[in-house]
Amino acid sequence: MAIIASGAEAVIALEGNTIIKTRIQKRYRLKEIDESLRRERTRIEAKLISEARRCGVPTPIIRNVTDFEIKMEYIEGTALKNIITPQLAEKTGELVGRLHTCGIVHGDLTTSNIMFKDGKLYLIDFGLAYLDKTLEARGVDVHVLFQTFESTHENHEELTESFKKGYARTFQGAEEVMERVREIEARGRYA
Amino acid sequence: MPKILGLEGTAWNLSAAVVDEKDVIAETTATYMPTTGGIHPREAAQHHASHIAKVVKETLKICGKDIDAVAFSQGPGLGPCLRTVATAARALALSMEVPLIGVNHCIAHIEVGRWKTKACDPVTLYVSGANSQVLAYRAGRYRVFGETLDIGIGNALDKFARFAGLPHPGGPKVEELAKKATRYTPLPYTVKGMDFSFSGLTTAAQEALKSSTLQDVCHSFQETAFAMLVEVTERAVAHTGKNEVLLAGGVGANVRLREMLALMCEDRGIEFYAPEKRFMGDNGAMIAYLGLLMYKSGYRTAIEDSKANPNFRPDDAEVMWR
Repeated sequence: MAIIASGAEAVIALEGNTIIKTRIQKRYRLKEIDESLRRERTRIEAKLISEARRCGVPTPIIRNVTDFEIKMEYIEGTALKNIITPQLAEKTGELVGRLHTCGIVHGDLTTSNIMFKDGKLYLIDFGLAYLDKTLEARGVDVHVLFQTFESTHENHEELTESFKKGYARTFQGAEEVMERVREIEARGRYA
Repeated sequence: MPKILGLEGTAWNLSAAVVDEKDVIAETTATYMPTTGGIHPREAAQHHASHIAKVVKETLKICGKDIDAVAFSQGPGLGPCLRTVATAARALALSMEVPLIGVNHCIAHIEVGRWKTKACDPVTLYVSGANSQVLAYRAGRYRVFGETLDIGIGNALDKFARFAGLPHPGGPKVEELAKKATRYTPLPYTVKGMDFSFSGLTTAAQEALKSSTLQDVCHSFQETAFAMLVEVTERAVAHTGKNEVLLAGGVGANVRLREMLALMCEDRGIEFYAPEKRFMGDNGAMIAYLGLLMYKSGYRTAIEDSKANPNFRPDDAEVMWR
């Protein structure tokens, strides 16, 4: 088993073709708070990963869930940030549109959390995902993605435009959300 | 070496100070204490109006009238208090024939912390009565990475304390009582992405008093609220890749909160900084010091732009001194 990533909240290990995501204990908080939070978040994350797939968004297959640990399929592909094109940005728009139609907000949409494998895009890392149908939540979701376009890709305007096309195709409220995205940009937060 | 007079009066503490690059030369403070309940904005403003002349005179008596600029808290804060202090600052600048500099109160907390500790480029947790924010410097501004969606942590503590019959300010009393607790009562933990919320927690804590002891609820309140703040601070650290955390604001005096932040930093292998108490809560020195930084970078506030701004966001201010 090899640790492949370590974030603020969890450690990701790889065992064969299975990813093991473990939410780590935080010494700073009371044991009662710590355990109930980690248990609850693990449960919700696993639930939303499966729920997203039912809504037509490719995600890793969940293999097992215990208190603080999710075992899931390892998507052995390339991160979108390495290979993005306007076509793939449009495809990303379709996936995010389906996700939002379903009432799910990813919470950390970056081109590192979208994987390309066998001609298909997968959304991974639902650690900050939650159920929310408000414009603000959806707007921030899209805004965060646009920011990774902007910070890592030269032709970001083309990517943004392509994303919007795909997003509007699978999500009815796309226009209102894009309006909110412009507002959020003007506020200059979540930079 | 330029010397700046700074005036602070965004809420209950009225304070004037003169600083230069090396240190605080003089500082005088007059604190408004409500007879019952919490801060009444109009009464606090009247307090400031009746004490400001004395506070400024005292300060200038120590260091002389040789001042290069007058800085004042332009916001955020309580409107009536801000307007009173802004009026005084304008009058002083005009009569002493020196420039006026309107500063952002939140940024002043960060800069005084960077001045008085070894923190260089930290993620700042700023916790006071009305404000609760996680900030970090990026591309010319102090960005807000996370903040309260409703009330500040200090107000949440005060509100709960008042309900429980404790005198104002409630925070230190809650901290004292929490030490005698024997068990934890579950309370709502609300973190949404990078933001957090305290109003539901406050209501639930008031409700919990029906079935738990005051000591236990105080303990549970602190543990829940502070865990939320530390979690978001840690996320901002992970997100920005910075390796320092700075604590600022009056609630930063809480020993348990410091302990939790220190533990988080220790586990991540990063540095934790908190300035001494006099620079933690609202103080005139921090306004004078930020005024000094802005003065040196050429910033001046014209009289017509010196209107108080109760909703002045830290990310609205351009940072020219870094």
